[in-house]
Amino acid sequence: MYAFSDVQRKNKPSDEVTAGWKTWQEKNCQSCHQLYGLGGYMGPDLTNTASDKGKEYMRSFIRYGTGKMPNFHLNEQEVNELLAFLSWVDKSGRSKVADSLVHWTGSYRISKR
Amino acid sequence: MSRSHKIFIGFALALLLTTLFFGMIASFAFLYPEVYNKYLPFYQLRPMHVSAALFWIITGATAGILHFKKDVFQAKETTSEKVFIYLWIATVVSIFIFYAFKKFGGREYWEFPPFLGIPILIAWLSLMFGYFQAWTKRTKNPPLYVWQWSTGIVFFLITFLEQNLYQIPWFRQSFLTEITIQWKSNGAMVGAWNQMIYGTALFIMTRILGDESVAISKRAFAFYFIGLTNLMLNWGHHIYNLPATSFIRHTAYAVSMTEWIIFIAICMDFRSKLSEARKFKHLIAHRFMMYAEFWVYLNLFLALLMSIPAINRYTHGTHITVAHAMGATIGINTMILLGSLGYILKVDELHESNRKMILKGLSIAKISLLVFWLALVVAGLLKGYRDVALGMTNFQEMMQPVITSLKVFSFAGISLFAGIAIICWNYFIALKKYHTPPQNILIDSAALKLVKKQKLEQVIEQI
Repeated sequence: MYAFSDVQRKNKPSDEVTAGWKTWQEKNCQSCHQLYGLGGYMGPDLTNTASDKGKEYMRSFIRYGTGKMPNFHLNEQEVNELLAFLSWVDKSGRSKVADSLVHWTGSYRISKR
Repeated sequence: MSRSHKIFIGFALALLLTTLFFGMIASFAFLYPEVYNKYLPFYQLRPMHVSAALFWIITGATAGILHFKKDVFQAKETTSEKVFIYLWIATVVSIFIFYAFKKFGGREYWEFPPFLGIPILIAWLSLMFGYFQAWTKRTKNPPLYVWQWSTGIVFFLITFLEQNLYQIPWFRQSFLTEITIQWKSNGAMVGAWNQMIYGTALFIMTRILGDESVAISKRAFAFYFIGLTNLMLNWGHHIYNLPATSFIRHTAYAVSMTEWIIFIAICMDFRSKLSEARKFKHLIAHRFMMYAEFWVYLNLFLALLMSIPAINRYTHGTHITVAHAMGATIGINTMILLGSLGYILKVDELHESNRKMILKGLSIAKISLLVFWLALVVAGLLKGYRDVALGMTNFQEMMQPVITSLKVFSFAGISLFAGIAIICWNYFIALKKYHTPPQNILIDSAALKLVKKQKLEQVIEQI
């Protein structure tokens, strides 16, 4: 059942996305950031940051860190791969559920965008 | 108790202290990252905390099962159990060495490089082999706690394998599939270790009350099946917001609501539980069990609310989820496990001053945990309100008022660590003093049996 949760399976990951996904795990980004609200709470949820704030905005954070986020000293290729991964995640759907999608039974009516 | 088993219990207690120690430091690294980032960043401390918590619970649960199964199945310690104990310890230690060198590669809660899953799998299969080999000696009408232990052991294996399905490329062809399976396995794995722990709690209660009927009643088995159904199907609340197949969401929502039956039942049992608590309040293990009951109330109520998608919309991705996790792992699991280990180590037979210290540690932990939990709930409510109701998009601005609650949470974490450390210290004393009959006594008793047998034969011959 769960293996077919994404019935469309249209957006397959490229090699660049897969490499970015690996970096996401190896640098343990999930400790501080969330995807679909799952992960740590130190930084923001990054599911839709690519479309909400743009890739270049994300690039500067990933490249240099901030006062709160450490600089992971990633090279240009790793930064691009990580951005490709986050853009791929962004295309899978929206993390926040809009008011209009809440059904009177208390459940949601979400369809894949 | 064998030497390896003693080591295993000591290792479990050390993991509990590690959990609280790293949790305490991580909470300050969360508040003051600019201070910690250079030497001990949050992204390094968090996996140390959560993995230690996870391994403490599983190690504590299996330590109980390995000990009590000798009584239940009349089975001796086997080689496969020893393989499990030492391989498990070696792997967990290796995981922490990898963390110390910032070598990650896994996913949330299991952040170590994936190849370390192989020795975990081998260790678990060894445990299963020894356990089910012993079970074959008692096949007639096993009590509920045996079913619970067995369910937990089997489902841990299933969920652990599911956890690692992502190594097969097909499962990574879709982010939605991948994240659904990840949180299905995480959610169901919690259900698996809960089965092991609740089984141990039930076993100890039957021994304290001297009444096995509670472990064979139809009512108890009915609740077990509700728990089992929830283990398999209620994990969907983790991923309600995913644009995945609606069937998963609706099923999880409907199944979760069956837990109201358990909630109402434990509310109705409140008075009898209270009189039972008064009767056995002199027993430390019983006190821990009763305190865990209080957290079952609180946490089940919170879990039920979070299982309603319309409410989950506000709580998901907030500190309320952490409150739920902490309430379950510390309030319920840790308290039952400390009760179980206290029962095994016979802490009630310790010197009065040690007993008093344990109870003082419990009192400190009780108050701290409640403050700790409430601070997280307030933090979660604030974040949920500002994020969903006010629709704030600036993360720093959204988090500003949440920080005060998190400071309360961090300071409560220090006293929680102190309370549990006092308990563990006295448990280590009990572990050191634990009396195992020396080998020569066993030989003497065997020799005595032989002499008796020879005398009996002489008498028979004379007759």
